[in-house]
Amino acid sequence: MAAVTLLSATGITRDFGGLRAVDQVDFELPEGQIRALIGPNGAGKTTFVNLLCGRLAPSAGRIVFAGEDVTRLPAHARIARGMAYTFQITSIFAALSLYDNVALAAQRRLAAGEGLGAAVAAALGRVGLAGRADQTAGDLSYGHQRLLEIAMGLAQRPRLLILDEPTQGLSDAEIEDFIALIRSVARDATILLIEHNMDVVMTLAERITVMDFGAVLAEGTPGEIKADRAVRIAYLGG
Amino acid sequence: MSGATRKGVVLHLGVVALLAGLQFVLPAYHHGNLARVMVLASFALGYNVMFGYTGLLSLGHAMFFAAGLYGMGLAMRHLGLPALPALALGVLCGAALAALVGLLALRTAGVAFMIVTLMFAQTGYLTILYFGAFTRGDEGFVIPRAARRIGALDLSEPTTRYFAALLLLGLCLFATLALVRSSTGRVLIAIRENEDRARMLGYDVFRYKLLAMVISGAMAGAAGAAYGLLFGYVGATFASVQYSIFPLLWVLLGGAGTVLGPLVGTLFMFYLIDLSSGFTSAYMLIAGVALVLLTLFAPRGLMGLVRARLVPWLP
Repeated sequence: MAAVTLLSATGITRDFGGLRAVDQVDFELPEGQIRALIGPNGAGKTTFVNLLCGRLAPSAGRIVFAGEDVTRLPAHARIARGMAYTFQITSIFAALSLYDNVALAAQRRLAAGEGLGAAVAAALGRVGLAGRADQTAGDLSYGHQRLLEIAMGLAQRPRLLILDEPTQGLSDAEIEDFIALIRSVARDATILLIEHNMDVVMTLAERITVMDFGAVLAEGTPGEIKADRAVRIAYLGG
Repeated sequence: MSGATRKGVVLHLGVVALLAGLQFVLPAYHHGNLARVMVLASFALGYNVMFGYTGLLSLGHAMFFAAGLYGMGLAMRHLGLPALPALALGVLCGAALAALVGLLALRTAGVAFMIVTLMFAQTGYLTILYFGAFTRGDEGFVIPRAARRIGALDLSEPTTRYFAALLLLGLCLFATLALVRSSTGRVLIAIRENEDRARMLGYDVFRYKLLAMVISGAMAGAAGAAYGLLFGYVGATFASVQYSIFPLLWVLLGGAGTVLGPLVGTLFMFYLIDLSSGFTSAYMLIAGVALVLLTLFAPRGLMGLVRARLVPWLP
């Protein structure tokens, strides 16, 4: 695989007061890969992806996305360059319709709202929420709200889709659909997945990065990670 | 979606037609009142763009109304500008001041934003008093009847004045309707609902808030300039804190985030005070009780209640 690097981070560090949440992380993500980011609670995974997409500013380090240094760009400018971020804690527009939620994600890339209706219907259809466009988002069940989040991510047609614990709260059947969905998305986007469900990680990920105490503990294929002693001790429970 | 848009347009055209029809049947007293209410409702419509749709609570909107009022009035008084260019200058002053204040105040949010806008408005009020030699301060000045003309139209004549006020209201009403139905309006509502999410969908939240503020300031400025032209008086009272609170009350009563709410709220409040002052000198007490009751039983305002109970597609 001689893939182009889509995203690279060098020496990324973030301090909260005296606490170093992310410590000198180097990270490289080739275009087209499905990468999982795992680690125990408090390992700094969410902080790290927040640094990547610009919700937080790094204390030190450099981030390059699609060949451009984005370290100093605000979050909205990074999103506009092709990142998409779906929240760990569901963050939809609860008072608006599903249509408006997804339209907000899609309309930025469509000139003068052209084909907006079709784009919204397509994104809702992909996550299995077709025909519910007029419902109010806040009335959906939790699992369906998670799917709406993902539809909003898809509607942006991102180059990089960052999913923060997307399967949390989904039923087994929904998780199966989710795995199939991510496989189809991965045909035209790179995916960075923070995930606790090891079955999902081992099935989906081409490579896995393991974080612990704010640093990268190991990186490799699912097979290598399963065999890694340090990872087993830190995370998989020996 | 387009069905709801059509219904919205028909409804608002109906309201404008109704107001135009009322002109022919209303007695002189209410005729004059309604002209005043329509201009003030345009001010409230501007406030609604910021507060009702974008979720920005300003406590200083009197400064934008006054910017329009004085931008128009001072240009006529000291530069001898005719009415129409003076009106245009008033709108421009409202928009420009909103842009300037927005650039600074929008660096804050929530309570801090309320305080900063309040302080800017107080500064504006005190500035008008300080330069009393030009502005005639508290006392204000009258715009002579002869100057209040656009072409052959005499704006001090009641029927012309009524239709001028209706034209302004109609413009603000349909501008708001077009805005909230546009993709830009959808982003403003998204900012009101969940600012962080809007940012994480790639929208420059600051720029959109500033845009909302400039549109709001332009409408407030237009209302201020029109008020001075139609009723012939420019005074510092219109820059005082009272005129920052009024649009907030009107919008809250009528229904924040509804296009018709500001008009309904302004009309309701105007006649509430007008009627209750006929019974008692403690009319503000009656107004106060009515406000408390409405806040308790219709926290989303009158049109908010209508939308929740009767007409879910109400824009």
